[in-house]
Amino acid sequence: MIMLRTQGLSKDFRLHLQGGITIPVLRDVELTVRAGECVALAGPSGAGKSTLMRCLYGNYGVGGGAIWLRHQGAMFDIAAADARTMREVRGQTLGYVSQFLRVIPRIAALDIVAEPMRGDRADARARAAALLTRLNMPQRLHGLPPATFSGGEQQRVNLARGFAAQYPVLLLDEPTASLDAANAEVVIGLIEEAKAAGAAIIGIFHDAPVRDRVADRLFEVQPIYEAV
Amino acid sequence: MSPLLQAQGLHLRFGAVRALDDVAIEIWPGEVVAIVGESGSGKSSLLRVLAGQARADAGQVLYRDAAGAEHSILDASDAALRRLMRADWGFVHQNARDALRMEVSAGGNVGERLMAAGQRHYGDIRAQAARWLERVEMDPARIDETPRNFSGGMQQRLQIARTLVTNPRLVFMDEPTGGLDVSVQARLLDLIRGLVADLDLAVLLVTHDIAAARLLAHRIVVMRAGRVVEHGLTDRVLDDPQHPYTQLLVSSVLAA
Repeated sequence: MIMLRTQGLSKDFRLHLQGGITIPVLRDVELTVRAGECVALAGPSGAGKSTLMRCLYGNYGVGGGAIWLRHQGAMFDIAAADARTMREVRGQTLGYVSQFLRVIPRIAALDIVAEPMRGDRADARARAAALLTRLNMPQRLHGLPPATFSGGEQQRVNLARGFAAQYPVLLLDEPTASLDAANAEVVIGLIEEAKAAGAAIIGIFHDAPVRDRVADRLFEVQPIYEAV
Repeated sequence: MSPLLQAQGLHLRFGAVRALDDVAIEIWPGEVVAIVGESGSGKSSLLRVLAGQARADAGQVLYRDAAGAEHSILDASDAALRRLMRADWGFVHQNARDALRMEVSAGGNVGERLMAAGQRHYGDIRAQAARWLERVEMDPARIDETPRNFSGGMQQRLQIARTLVTNPRLVFMDEPTGGLDVSVQARLLDLIRGLVADLDLAVLLVTHDIAAARLLAHRIVVMRAGRVVEHGLTDRVLDDPQHPYTQLLVSSVLAA
C-alpha cells in the first residue's frame, strides 16, 4: 500500500535579500514509499536531502508538484493543504524527527515525549517513560527539561517523541548522528518494529552500517548546480 | 467545525495612513494565531477591530458563539460587545495597569470578572481566585494585597488569571510580554504556552517578538503597512519565508 508519493516535486529558494537570486534545489522528484518500507535518501552533501525531507513535512513550501499522503484512509495532496489541515496531518499521520531538539523551557523530557501521543494521559506517560528508558535515559532525567542535556541525550528525547506516537509515516533526519553504538542499536530496533507495524519510513542516514541494516532501498537525490 | 472569528475586507484609515488595507483573517477553536509585524504595520489596529474596540471603515467581522449564533462585531452595540467581553472573550493588554484595578486586591481583581459573569457566592469566588493565583504561579497568600505591591511580571500574571478565570472561548493578547525583563518574558511565555494548551484556548496574539510567536503560535500572519503579506504554519513561515519583508524580519532575529 502506497503511503506517500511525490509527483514532479520541485523546490527553489528565492533570496530577496540577496538581490532576488533563485537557487533551485529539487527538480521533478518522484518518490514512492509503501507501508512497512524504509527508504533512505542518498546523494552528496548539499544535494537537497534535508530540503526534500522538510518539504515532505510541510516545513518548507514546495514550488511545484504534489505530495500525496495517505491520511485518514485516502490519498491527499499535502503540498496544497492549508495550515490547519497540515496541523491535523502532523497530529495524526506524519511524524518528523529532526536532527536537533527544539527545547521548550521548563517542560520535562517525559512530557515532551508524551505530548504528541493521543488518548489516555497516564498511558501516554507510561509509554513515554518506557521509550526513554529503552533509549538508555536514566529515570532521574525524565522529569528534567532537556535544555541542559548533552546533544546525544537531546537527540534521544527527540527520537522517543517521534516513535512514541506511532505515526503511519515517519521522517527521520540523521537519527543516529550523535548516538553511541549501543543507542544506535536501540534506534535500529525501533525502526524495525515500526516497519513491522506497517509504518512507512523515510530517512537520511549518514551512518552507512545503520543505513544498510534498516533501509529497504535507496532513493538518490540529484544535485542541481546551475543558479538562475 | 467552523471558525470562531472570521473577518474579511477590513479597511481602516487614519488620515493618509492605511492602518488596514483589505485584511482577511480567521481563527478556529483551539488555534493560536500570531500577528507579527513592526510598529505601524497595523497589527494592533487589526486586534482592536476584531475585538470590537475600534470600528473599521469597511469590511466584516463575524464571531460565532457557543450556541452557533453569529454576531457581526462591526455592527454590534456597546452592550452586546460588553456581554461578549464578559462571557466569551478575554483581552490581555500589554500594560497590566490598563486591565487591573490597582486599588483592588489581587483576589478582587480576579473575582470581579466572575461576579460580572453572574457568580454571587463569595466563598466560591475567593476559592476560584486563589486557585487561579496558583495557576499563574503566584503565592495565594498574597490574595489580599493590591497589585501596586507586585512586580511587572506578577501584574501581568495577575491580568492573565483575571482574563482566564471566566473560561473565555477566545482570548486577544496585545504584546503580552512587551516591556518586561527578558527572564520575566521567558517565564510568562512559558506560562501562557502551558495554559493555552491545557485549556485548549483560541488565542489571537499580536507580537513583534518572533521567538514568542514560534513558541506559542500554530499559525502566523505577517503584516506590513496595513496588509497581510504572508500567512501560514508557524514553522513554515519562519523557516521558509516567501515575502521579502518576512525574509527580512526572520533574518533580523539574532539566534541565541
